[in-house]
Amino acid sequence: MTVFTTMDDLKKRRIHELLDNGQRIDGRGFDEHRSISIEIGAIPKANGSARVRLGDTEVVCGVKIQPDRPFPDVGDRGIFICTAELLPLSHPTVETGPPNESVIELARVVDRGIRESHMMDLSQLVIKRDVSVVGVFADNVAVDYDGNLFDACSYAATSAVLSARMPRWEYGEDGPVLQEGDAPLPTTTVPVSVTMAKIGNHIVVDPNADEWDCMDARITITTDSNRNICAIQKGGKNGFTLDELVACGETAVKSADAIRRTLEAAAKQ
Amino acid sequence: MGGRATDMVLLDENGIRCDGRRIDEPRSVSIKAGVLKNADGSAYIEFGDNKILAGVYGPRDIHPKHLSDADTGVLRCRYHMEPFSVTERKNPAPSRREIEISKVIKEALAPAVMLERFPRTVVDVYIEILQADGGSRCAALDAASVALADAGIPMRDMVSACAAGKVADTIVLDVNNEEDQAGQADMPIGYMPNLNRITLLQLDGVMSLDEYKQCIETGIRGCKLVYEIQKKALMEKYFDGEAEK
Repeated sequence: MTVFTTMDDLKKRRIHELLDNGQRIDGRGFDEHRSISIEIGAIPKANGSARVRLGDTEVVCGVKIQPDRPFPDVGDRGIFICTAELLPLSHPTVETGPPNESVIELARVVDRGIRESHMMDLSQLVIKRDVSVVGVFADNVAVDYDGNLFDACSYAATSAVLSARMPRWEYGEDGPVLQEGDAPLPTTTVPVSVTMAKIGNHIVVDPNADEWDCMDARITITTDSNRNICAIQKGGKNGFTLDELVACGETAVKSADAIRRTLEAAAKQ
Repeated sequence: MGGRATDMVLLDENGIRCDGRRIDEPRSVSIKAGVLKNADGSAYIEFGDNKILAGVYGPRDIHPKHLSDADTGVLRCRYHMEPFSVTERKNPAPSRREIEISKVIKEALAPAVMLERFPRTVVDVYIEILQADGGSRCAALDAASVALADAGIPMRDMVSACAAGKVADTIVLDVNNEEDQAGQADMPIGYMPNLNRITLLQLDGVMSLDEYKQCIETGIRGCKLVYEIQKKALMEKYFDGEAEK
């Protein structure tokens, strides 16, 4: 997303032709995602981290955990915030400066998928009710771009959170005091985001950059460990039929199982 | 799971919701087309307690010039909430939420507008939320769509929008603010009723695959109800409302 390579018409036409013959430009099946490799603990100074490659898209996520003030209306909940940024070194068309609307959407969709799955049990992140809570920040940076940052960032954040160690704090006389020892973050489920692109009348899972540039519409569906849907974002300048959306829902649920096992296995390394 | 703790009864034993509606009943919706003098097209919508103005300018010259496209017109959209539109004053600067909503509304309208007829131009859609209740992005999309039609811009279809959601384990139409805060899921839907395409779809909240399908179908029913009101608004302006057949 977010990046527009000048795709020449020939390539676009080729992608359409291949899809009409049941093939994709990189040889994958329509419902096949690219290989996922996950390096856990790549950033030792973070409380949790993951370096994820989804095909040639690469994202580094670091989780920082620190005491924070609670939001005023929810003093009995900790804070979880997930961000995403596209670095200028990831692609020739990316510039420095404030995030554009596509990057803002990316960050919000990745955050929403994890948040709405209730992966993080925020009620267990309270140091002192209404005064001090634990804040968990999962910051994603895309370092290499080959399409579908939504899923790459989601996998990086999820596996970084799963592998993170949370320090312990007790509330002392004037604030939280760091204690000995640590524990895993209180997680309840493993959200898995599956993004699909509609190109012509075809729907493909995990579009690469070439496919991303010529898609008509896309949809990102996040499911939890119970195979329920917990977040959706449709994008792109065209629409889906009801039947297509139902099929996308089923594909998302089905594809997520193997990816979830990959994320869980990586986090245990 | 899901939603904030509340004492409110969201759905009583008779299937009546916290604001007195049935589960398949939308809030009251009224739309007026052509409410601004300067805009090329405009509309005002009241959708429950939402009060929203939409104004359209264009097709017109695009600035900055580098955004111009030789093959097609460009659609721009701004969804903006007034500081007084919500309970606690909102900072008037565009938030990340408003930027995201502007983008999804733009992408929901784009398939309906025949921009390819106006290369090198822009169509600007400005949406101002004077008062917000739940479902403001759907109401905003409804108003924007009428404003585009009012501007006389060629369109393939209207875009009609309405949310569905899950409240007290039940799929309901048109989630209001209380239900959005305390309910289990909210799914805004934008739909082209004649072309049968869903052009805006978001979800936050947990639901099964079956509920997901049911939720989209419920939302589409709501969109079709709104579509009739959109047509009525245009009829009233251009045909004195007489051709309502």
